Amino acid sequence: MIYDVKHETMSREELEVLQLERLKKIVHYVYEKVPFYKRKYDLAGFHPDMIKTLKDIQKIPFTEKSDLRDNYPYGLLAVPISKLKRIHASSGTSGKPTVVCYTEHDMEIWKDCCARVCGQAGLEPDDIVQVCFGYGLFTGALGMHQGAERIGAAVIPASAGNTERQVMLLKDLKATVLVSTPSYALRIAEIARKLGYDIKKDFSLRLGLFGSESSSEEMHAEIAKQLNIFTTDNYGLSEVIGPGVSGECYKKNGMHINEDHFYPELINSDTLEPVKPGEIGELVLTTLTKDGMPVIRYRTKDICTLDYSPCECGRTTVRMSKILGRSDDMLIIRGVNVFPSQIESVLMEIPEIGSQYEIIVTREGNMDKLEVRVEVADGSLLTDYKKLMDLHQKVQHNLRVILQIDALVKLVEPLSLKRFEGKANRVTDLRKKN
Amino acid sequence: MKVEQIAVFLENRKGRLCKFAQVLYDANINIKGMYIADTTDYGILRVITNDNEKAVKVLKENGFNTTVTELIGFKVSDKPGEMHKVLKLLNDHNVDISYLYSYSEIGSNQAAILIKVEDNEFVSKLLIDNKVEPFIEK
Repeated sequence: MIYDVKHETMSREELEVLQLERLKKIVHYVYEKVPFYKRKYDLAGFHPDMIKTLKDIQKIPFTEKSDLRDNYPYGLLAVPISKLKRIHASSGTSGKPTVVCYTEHDMEIWKDCCARVCGQAGLEPDDIVQVCFGYGLFTGALGMHQGAERIGAAVIPASAGNTERQVMLLKDLKATVLVSTPSYALRIAEIARKLGYDIKKDFSLRLGLFGSESSSEEMHAEIAKQLNIFTTDNYGLSEVIGPGVSGECYKKNGMHINEDHFYPELINSDTLEPVKPGEIGELVLTTLTKDGMPVIRYRTKDICTLDYSPCECGRTTVRMSKILGRSDDMLIIRGVNVFPSQIESVLMEIPEIGSQYEIIVTREGNMDKLEVRVEVADGSLLTDYKKLMDLHQKVQHNLRVILQIDALVKLVEPLSLKRFEGKANRVTDLRKKN
Repeated sequence: MKVEQIAVFLENRKGRLCKFAQVLYDANINIKGMYIADTTDYGILRVITNDNEKAVKVLKENGFNTTVTELIGFKVSDKPGEMHKVLKLLNDHNVDISYLYSYSEIGSNQAAILIKVEDNEFVSKLLIDNKVEPFIEK
């Protein structure tokens, strides 16, 4: 279902008029209300009156994660604290978390945008939705929870963890939709199998909405197969609003960005210039409507492409590709750029290995070493050693074809790699310590 | 002639072999024969127990990747030339052995030989026709 027909199917011309009007307003708004933006813009010689066309957005200085951290906790607020209705925080990888604040107005936008994402994925009012994100400061759980409720579905706020119980709830409460990270979906499938369930027979699941970490097409195919569901990807980030920025429709050809609220740009992370249409770049987002803590030209560090052609589903909003990587988690190994997502794509296409993996990068002398650990899933390989060797070589070969560099592949025992209930963290770069 | 063997994927990591033995011990399963070669990162452990079905179950429960394979098992007398006799027979019939291991109980005058071959039916018949004594696990 299309939740907001007006805004999701607007013509490009109409949409751009709306976006420009909102952009002018929000830039003036932050300039007046948030000293941080005024200082920054004055220093850069930018004034909100300089916005005449959408293209003029390129004149505005960027906002970065460090700006949010430096202004912890309330420095970027545009309203008095008394106006706030909800406060979330994103997991800070170092030190303080990043705080995100919502007014009543922001909460409404957030719920609407999450409802749109649910509608895009194919959620219906009679669905039963099990949300297996950790409830709490993390925006994912409550965001999708509110979106599904707004559609009219019943929500099971199962939260994350205790996977055996999750499996029991999925089965007994006849959940039709799963909301989780893609890696947790695989974990659920693994535990369901271990408990002896026949997923096709014992479960009522039909649809999955996966987000909060990037995942390859191949990983989605694997989840679809293991859980016997239709899978969709969605995208959001706390600094901007949480989930609700974009989501896949049933056509699965990109995630529709809710452009009337979030204005997207793609830039080259090094030159900071816009990339050419169709090219890969870093996603930069501007919140056009939030009033509590707007962010202007926020550098997400997420790498993707944008497709402005209208979608067969009827929506006209721009579609972003799956996240191909993060400009800051790209690994440079022996001078070659390697995205963990590329490694995942290769591994997911090899049926004899499990769906968990670990990537470890080390340096010996001046030489970077890339190690990839995978679990041997197929027992029939054990009939003779050569089959294991062949598998080993196949993984190594397929990785070399895609990455252009050699990876050291380690076959490990099933269930020996780390499992994730929230965001998966599969990459360990030990070079940083040196 | 056929003997069931369990193959177990084992990482070359401290404590794994010991853990394997612990799992079988906890289930009160006796190891009759066992074979593992030196490899670098991982290897395949081959084992024959007094209760393979139960062994597979408990190993799987404890996260070991296993599979059951059929081998050919026969007995030879514990004296010079006996092994050669059988191997020559197999060689003359172009039977390729992918691996072999043996065990002999102390005090016994015979050794059990286990071999992995391509065609179990053919080799069984060949050995029986040539009066090689089958190894039957009790």
